[in-house]
Amino acid sequence: MSVIEIKGLTVQVTTEDGPKDILRGVDLTVKAGEVHALMGPNGSGKSTLAYAIAGHPKYSITGGSVTLDGQDVLAMSVDERARAGLFLAMQYPVEVPGVSISNFLRTSITAIRGEAPNLRHWIKELKESMAGLQIDPQFAERNVNEGFSGGERKRTEILQMELIHPKIAVLDETDSGLDVDALRVVSEGINRVCAKGETGVLLITHFTRILKYVKPDFVHVFYDGRIVREGGSELADEIEANGYAQFVTA
Amino acid sequence: MTATTEHIEREVAIVPPKDHTPVIRSLDPSDFPTPTSRDEEFRFTPMSKLRDLHKGDVPTTGGVAIAVNKVPGATFELTSAKTGERQGFTDKIAAGAWANVDSVSTLTISADAQLEESVVVSVVGSGAVSYGQLDINVEKFAKAVVIVDHIGDATYAGNIDINVADGASICVVSLQDWDAKAVHLAQHRITLGRDSSAKHVLITLGGEVVRILPSVVYTAPGGQAELFGLYFASAGQHAEHRLFVDHSQANCRSNVVYKGALDGEDAHTVWVGDVLIRANAVGTDTYEINRNLVLSGGGRADSVPNLEIETGEIVGAGHASTTGRFDDEQLFYLQSRGITPDEARKLVLRGFFEDLLGQISVPEINDRVRTSIETRLGGHI
Repeated sequence: MSVIEIKGLTVQVTTEDGPKDILRGVDLTVKAGEVHALMGPNGSGKSTLAYAIAGHPKYSITGGSVTLDGQDVLAMSVDERARAGLFLAMQYPVEVPGVSISNFLRTSITAIRGEAPNLRHWIKELKESMAGLQIDPQFAERNVNEGFSGGERKRTEILQMELIHPKIAVLDETDSGLDVDALRVVSEGINRVCAKGETGVLLITHFTRILKYVKPDFVHVFYDGRIVREGGSELADEIEANGYAQFVTA
Repeated sequence: MTATTEHIEREVAIVPPKDHTPVIRSLDPSDFPTPTSRDEEFRFTPMSKLRDLHKGDVPTTGGVAIAVNKVPGATFELTSAKTGERQGFTDKIAAGAWANVDSVSTLTISADAQLEESVVVSVVGSGAVSYGQLDINVEKFAKAVVIVDHIGDATYAGNIDINVADGASICVVSLQDWDAKAVHLAQHRITLGRDSSAKHVLITLGGEVVRILPSVVYTAPGGQAELFGLYFASAGQHAEHRLFVDHSQANCRSNVVYKGALDGEDAHTVWVGDVLIRANAVGTDTYEINRNLVLSGGGRADSVPNLEIETGEIVGAGHASTTGRFDDEQLFYLQSRGITPDEARKLVLRGFFEDLLGQISVPEINDRVRTSIETRLGGHI
């Protein structure tokens, strides 16, 4: 069973006014088969945590550790982290002009699995996953995220997660900008991955509404660069009722 | 692509051409002064590498070998006589090519013919100083694809005149796939009849210096021109494309898309897009874009769109120019999916050209360009 362990993680970004501390000591453990919701107000550092785990060069790690099954994640390059089993569904996936979804996915899967997938199996696998997320099969020939609506981008992120089948998936505000139907479809996709029991999910969100569809085992409240409260799914109900103010003043 | 830092992009100045009609038009090179790098038209050109072709009087030391496949509806002739009407050229290099050329190649696409296969004019250099004049005459309502394939080594000044009759449609692809030491200078002049259309494609991959000046003239309303260019300059290569679209008739269209990559020390690309909409050219619709991707340090991309508009009664007129390095966010995204940095850059670069290949849409060319790019990417980027 895979496990990611984040201990005492501190992260800085460089701003015009000099370096700024964003994460101030994050401790978090996510195991395969678990769903963790990381909730917090805007600007609390949730996305920074996601990007720092994935290895975005903009964020510098100033302390702490991240390990995946005992391996030092922070020592790995971005692509090595992905091949080790980490996945980040981005809040704002970028366009890659001239590169088709099908080419992109095949290249990614080949890198992750270490060999090119059998073509016949691959096409079937891709078709099934796309159908499950209600993505038009013709999307495979469209350029990555080019001209996609917000919902189409998010569905494509979850498509990648399903195909890559990571050990640990960090979903950064995957629910933002989705209408109710798209939210349901995306949530079902997340649940399908979770149901296999082989992936640990860290669901980062501002709102509680996705938690109606994806049931978290653990809820963490994030504020000012650290986790300020932890509990079960009842914590989400408390946030739904009272907002974040109670944690902010705490 | 994100912008644009100091030494890789020069400030793009939108300066209307001061004088859009060339002062001199002649078939005689002695009518022109010898150009220097102080002349606007040559300000980006490495004059010392032109092997004196700009002086207009370097004797031929051997020819290029020209071969053409047989395609029903197309006829090809090589004649030594320089007869018939021909408009004067606009610089000493082109006039010099005309003065020094031994024979004129004429490719005629018969009226109403719809060619089912591409005509391939293969131009093979053997290291000599050589000159060329190719006329492509597309008769009324004919439709064809012509590929002019330049390979081998040469010091070559060769012009192409493309005359498109009323209602005809032509695609001309000029592929500069020369050996590393070749020098190739040319004017490509497109003359469009009523309701005719031309797709002109320059693909510059090889050669030490390639400098090509495509121009479009409309002789009647309803003409459409698409000018595409794809270039890849490696260390020490100079690839220059300067185009001029002269909208002098009503209701004509032009669309210009040039994309290039630069890789290595002293790789230099130049794109100048002059578009003139004259006062009587109402209903004109024109757009031009140039994008450059700088793959490694030391390259320089000059990109200068010039749009001059003398009437407001047009459908549209626009231009864009970007030069930049790889987009870090694109690379991060691809790498976060397990793709190595090297492979990620290759994907982005292939994608950069793939868009344009889709518009060029000549399968045999597209495959060749893809292969060539793959070969160049073989080492590094």
